[in-house]
Amino acid sequence: MSLRVLVGCKRVIDYAVKIRVRPDKLGVVTDGVKHSMNPFDEIAIEEAVRLKEKKIAKEVVAVSCGPTQAQETIRTALAMGADRGIHVEIPAKEMEKLEPLHVSKILAKLAEQEQAELVIVGKQAIDDDSNATAQMTAALLDWPQATFASKLEKTDGELEVTREVDGGLETIKVKLPAVVSSDLRLNEPRYATLPNIMKAKKKKIAKMKPSDLGVNLASHLEVIEVVDPPTREAGIKVEDVDTLVTKLKDSGRI
Amino acid sequence: MAASTTLGHLRTSFSRGSRLLANRRVSSGSHVASVQHYSSSILVELPETHELLRKTCRDFAEGELQHEAGKYDKQGFFPKEKIKAMGDLGLMGLNVPEEYGGTGMDYLAYAVAMEEISRGCATAGVIMSAHNSLYIAPIATFASEKQKEDWVTPFLDGDKIGCFGLSEPGNGSDAGAASTTAKDVGSKYLLNGTKAWITNGYESEASVVFATTDKSAKHKGISAFIVPKPTAGLSLGKKEDKLGIRGSSTCNLIFEDCEIPKENLLGQPGMGFKIAMITLDGGRIGIAGQALGIAQAAFDCAIDYAGKRMAFNGPIIKMQTIQTKLADMALRIESARLLTYKAATLKDNGKPFSKMAAMAKLAASETATFCAHQSIQILGGMGYVSDMPAERHYRDARITEIYEGTSEIQRLVIAGSLIKEYQAL
Repeated sequence: MSLRVLVGCKRVIDYAVKIRVRPDKLGVVTDGVKHSMNPFDEIAIEEAVRLKEKKIAKEVVAVSCGPTQAQETIRTALAMGADRGIHVEIPAKEMEKLEPLHVSKILAKLAEQEQAELVIVGKQAIDDDSNATAQMTAALLDWPQATFASKLEKTDGELEVTREVDGGLETIKVKLPAVVSSDLRLNEPRYATLPNIMKAKKKKIAKMKPSDLGVNLASHLEVIEVVDPPTREAGIKVEDVDTLVTKLKDSGRI
Repeated sequence: MAASTTLGHLRTSFSRGSRLLANRRVSSGSHVASVQHYSSSILVELPETHELLRKTCRDFAEGELQHEAGKYDKQGFFPKEKIKAMGDLGLMGLNVPEEYGGTGMDYLAYAVAMEEISRGCATAGVIMSAHNSLYIAPIATFASEKQKEDWVTPFLDGDKIGCFGLSEPGNGSDAGAASTTAKDVGSKYLLNGTKAWITNGYESEASVVFATTDKSAKHKGISAFIVPKPTAGLSLGKKEDKLGIRGSSTCNLIFEDCEIPKENLLGQPGMGFKIAMITLDGGRIGIAGQALGIAQAAFDCAIDYAGKRMAFNGPIIKMQTIQTKLADMALRIESARLLTYKAATLKDNGKPFSKMAAMAKLAASETATFCAHQSIQILGGMGYVSDMPAERHYRDARITEIYEGTSEIQRLVIAGSLIKEYQAL
């Protein structure tokens, strides 16, 4: 049984960049700032490519929603081993309105159109930390979901997924088709080898608009304010453990 | 995945746009020159392929090389598994056409890759550069198909590497005075003499060696030979105890009636000097890349430290003397990088690039020593101890002004070109 896997990858501000709040306090500075693929999405792509190498998947399709630059993100996915890409074009000025629900609708529509049997996305994006797309995509498709995956195995028509949950690890079985979200320890993404970068140049990226998929970007959320986290204060030393406990209780920490 | 560095770093950020890469490959049969047409200038941003390459090299350098570089330096340790990993990535046959098993990328990609790898570890950079520019390139350019099959294709995976034997104890810059001899004894050549300062001398399994078949013809009597290693009649001198790039082996190659099959002659008899000079032109782009990587590493170290070191009521980055140093370092790096990219692009487009390559190598190497020097200065006492990499960058940088053409030779190459251009007016 050979699956087609759809992988969502988001272009986000690079993890190493020092984030600066915009003067209008409605967002962060993105102009001229280094962007790269969401690290959890790299893990998702890696897992999909590994499924192909194990001959469990027959094709890996990388999807990204965003402005023209999203194609770089897709090209990175292709260089890692994805077979083709789909760029859902959203103009830069509309990017601020893009919500996980929109992306979920887009991914759900594409999963149906492309006849994908497995959708893998990163568990959350490092810019908004929503952790919602996988879950909503599954709900829209009425597919089972296996989120925070740290291990993925195929057993007959099902997936056995180990999830990282607060209490530890949970292993579940989900029937295909399914949606999976990748967690940190699922795998270590490969470096795109130079030959694969060269091969990626010839791979196709289809372009479309959200309206082509019947999705409109009506806002459900409004950003009220974006502020820096409070500046870190100096610590204080205490004499003994009892004083420590008292101080922690007094400040409401425990 | 790439671990974040303990020192943090300033990433040079090229904002990427999409572009159409019209890529016409012009195969001259022996060496592929790919004519690149970029819809946006590389002065503004690199093409997508090159950015992807940069990412791979940077992630590899930060994840695999950066934290080990100090160890390789201290122990004089050849990082065999890292070189193999670099081979797996396609870095050890970067410019070799795909039909010979290489990656088939252009010289601009080579320059970018050299900078990123060297930024992580200058030793890995020189091993990669000597192999790609000095061993692979002359063979890929001047060899017969059979020779390429035997001496290029098996040498691309990072397991087998090569070296280049031009310099001798009696001549470095004076390459035309080669005194290693190759005697034609009918069925083979007999090599006698000593080559000095050979990078990858110990680990290489083949070498391109220059020897004279006719001393009276001076530089026109020099021929190039492919010498397998080990081979009877070839012994290695002691490993040099170097100031920097200490993980790479440097030694003499000693030839005593070393028998080389006739078919190992590279190109035509008497063509050796020309092969050497053409090879070094390309090699200069690689070394410019290495020097840029060292300079950038030194700069990153300095600016990070300056942002954190508190003195006179604030981080020292607020002080003007520190700021002017940072500005001077960045200016030189940017300038040298542009020269390097230009040299690479000229070569990729089949245009004369000798003068530009010499300018790039000269600028980049003097930039590396300048930045490493200033980096130590900014770090103060911390720059002088091995706890911080600044002292290693200082030691690594120094050789870039010497090998593959000293700064003095580069100036003569540039002047020679200028005079020719002037006299042509």
